[in-house]
Amino acid sequence: MEVRLFATLREKREKVVDVPWTPGLDGYALLGTLGIAPEDVAIFLINGVHHRLDAPLNAEDVVALFPPVGGG
Amino acid sequence: MATSYCGKILRINLSNKTCRVEELDLELAEKFIGGRGLGTKLYMDEVCPTVDALSPENKVVIISGPLTGTATPTGCRYMVVTKSPLTGMIASSNSGGKWGAVLKYAGYDAIILEGKAETPCYVNIVDDKVELLDAAHLWGTTVETCKHTLEEAHKGASVLNIGPAGETLSLVAAVMNEGERAAGRSGVGAVVGSKNLKAICVTATTRSVMPVYDTEALKAVTSKCMAKIKENGVTGAGLPTYGTAVLVNIINQVGAYPTRNWQHSYDENADATSGETLKEKHLVKNGFCHRCPIGCGRIVEIDGKHVGGPEYETIWGFGSNCGITDLEYINRANLMCNEMGNDTISVSCTIAAAMELYQKGYIKEEECEGVPLIWGNGEAIVVWTERMGRGETALGKLMAQGSHRLCEHYGHPEIAMVVKKQELPAYDARGIQGIGITYATSNRGGCHVRGYMIAPEILGSPEALERTAIDDKHVWAKIFQDLTAVIDSSGLCLFTSFALGAAEYAELINAATGTNYDVNSLLEAGERVYNLERVFNQKAGMDPSEDTLPKRLLEEPIAHGVSKGHLSRLDEMLPKYYEARGWENAFPTQATLERLGL
Ligand code: SF4
Repeated sequence: MEVRLFATLREKREKVVDVPWTPGLDGYALLGTLGIAPEDVAIFLINGVHHRLDAPLNAEDVVALFPPVGGG
Repeated sequence: MATSYCGKILRINLSNKTCRVEELDLELAEKFIGGRGLGTKLYMDEVCPTVDALSPENKVVIISGPLTGTATPTGCRYMVVTKSPLTGMIASSNSGGKWGAVLKYAGYDAIILEGKAETPCYVNIVDDKVELLDAAHLWGTTVETCKHTLEEAHKGASVLNIGPAGETLSLVAAVMNEGERAAGRSGVGAVVGSKNLKAICVTATTRSVMPVYDTEALKAVTSKCMAKIKENGVTGAGLPTYGTAVLVNIINQVGAYPTRNWQHSYDENADATSGETLKEKHLVKNGFCHRCPIGCGRIVEIDGKHVGGPEYETIWGFGSNCGITDLEYINRANLMCNEMGNDTISVSCTIAAAMELYQKGYIKEEECEGVPLIWGNGEAIVVWTERMGRGETALGKLMAQGSHRLCEHYGHPEIAMVVKKQELPAYDARGIQGIGITYATSNRGGCHVRGYMIAPEILGSPEALERTAIDDKHVWAKIFQDLTAVIDSSGLCLFTSFALGAAEYAELINAATGTNYDVNSLLEAGERVYNLERVFNQKAGMDPSEDTLPKRLLEEPIAHGVSKGHLSRLDEMLPKYYEARGWENAFPTQATLERLGL
């Protein structure tokens, strides 16, 4: 599964990580495998759509993770 | 009793070279707060809305807020209020830096500029001494050269000025201060240029912070706000670390990142120009406005010099929207735009529109005078920015009038991505519904900082809204627009609103001025400002049909990426928005005006 990391979540990690998909994988479990604390993630996108971290994931999903950021 | 208003307005008549100090009506100030609100009120009381924006009869109100110059986080902002030569409607452009605070330290809440000087001149203010001086030697100079020359001549002065773009009456010219801070939008720099005024220098010798109504109360609420700003993930970490450009990847990942003049909404190369890449490859240090604990500014190095770097909208406009993937060129185009004193959003988007006209064969190669407007041509964004700024070449002169007039000239107005003739910023309203309603109903035309719906729809702040739904976005849009009008009137930076809410703004304003605002009455004051601007537009001849979006957003679904197939559903949101506002056919009803005391 393709996981794209942004901003501070990239520090000491790759920009794009390939995570093996397992049945029942959700956002929380995914963060566990990446060693990212849930509170460090403010925006969790599955295929470009915002989701909560308990959303289930499919093998072909593309996930994007962002810490709290903003601008304008 | 002390308040943070100076209580004084400096009126400068450039036609007969007189300067006069007038009392500020404090009751009026409290009703309209200051900055954007009070500036609009003062302006409307004096100027006929049908005035030709570039005629001597037009005036310019340059005005601070009650928190400008106080010991509050980001208490530094000022506004330039006038009629826009670009939109023909109200212009109110906001800037940070230090100049606005120094104006207050010198003793003035506002400056009203009127008339037109016979020859180029500039104003030098040292406390209560005001003089009009010859600017022949400054006319034609870039923003930085002019600033430098004046800083040498008037040691310690804070300088506001226009560049070649304002002098040549580019309709997208900015008013600049401290070299790289811009009251950027709606062509306010052209109005100043039309008056033959090059600069205003201000020096304050006796004061470096404003006295306030209740010092202890202000101290207490300020330390509470500072803690919130530090703890907040956006203002405490995200903005300081990456600047606003961190949005490049976010907006691109949701497939709402306009690319090649909005022909696409996803750029697979966007990461090369992202805030992350800017930090890794170009950032020298953060830039801070006066009294700002956030420091979203980016300082980058170009040819061995440390200069202001691009923010999100600028990176997008010169970057993906022009097919550019090299930050080096974007940094240079941003610097050139600042040197010319032009608005980076309108300039970059006009170049993008010209590139689409070129792509489709409407602009011919021979018109490009050696620098073809081809997508991805890094040299083109720098050269055409300079040509627009200096009014050089026939096409450059035309482009300096903005993309609406450019595309009309070639018979293809549909290519101009504008609302009310002003260029839209960097969020595709087909993939993010709520921002579309604020674009369409913004009183100053295409703009993201009149109701930043991106906060709830993308960033989840203060709560997450589904970006593709319309639900009650019309209500959110109204509240965001009203709260933004308050912040723009207060003298604080809009970015504080990631951490602060209406309750904190009310406490800050009350402690500084002695007013008794609560959340409801403060939002009502913001609503009053929003309606006042709308009344100006109505009197200036705005047609209700101008509350709309470019045809591309209403009729051409997004072609690629994760937001594929989406269109703006503005037609469903707009009637509900008018109802929530108490407007009929785009304008406030008599009952609404009476409710707001207008
Ligand atoms: S947050 Fe950025 S724009 Fe706002 S006052 Fe601070 S440095 Fe200036």
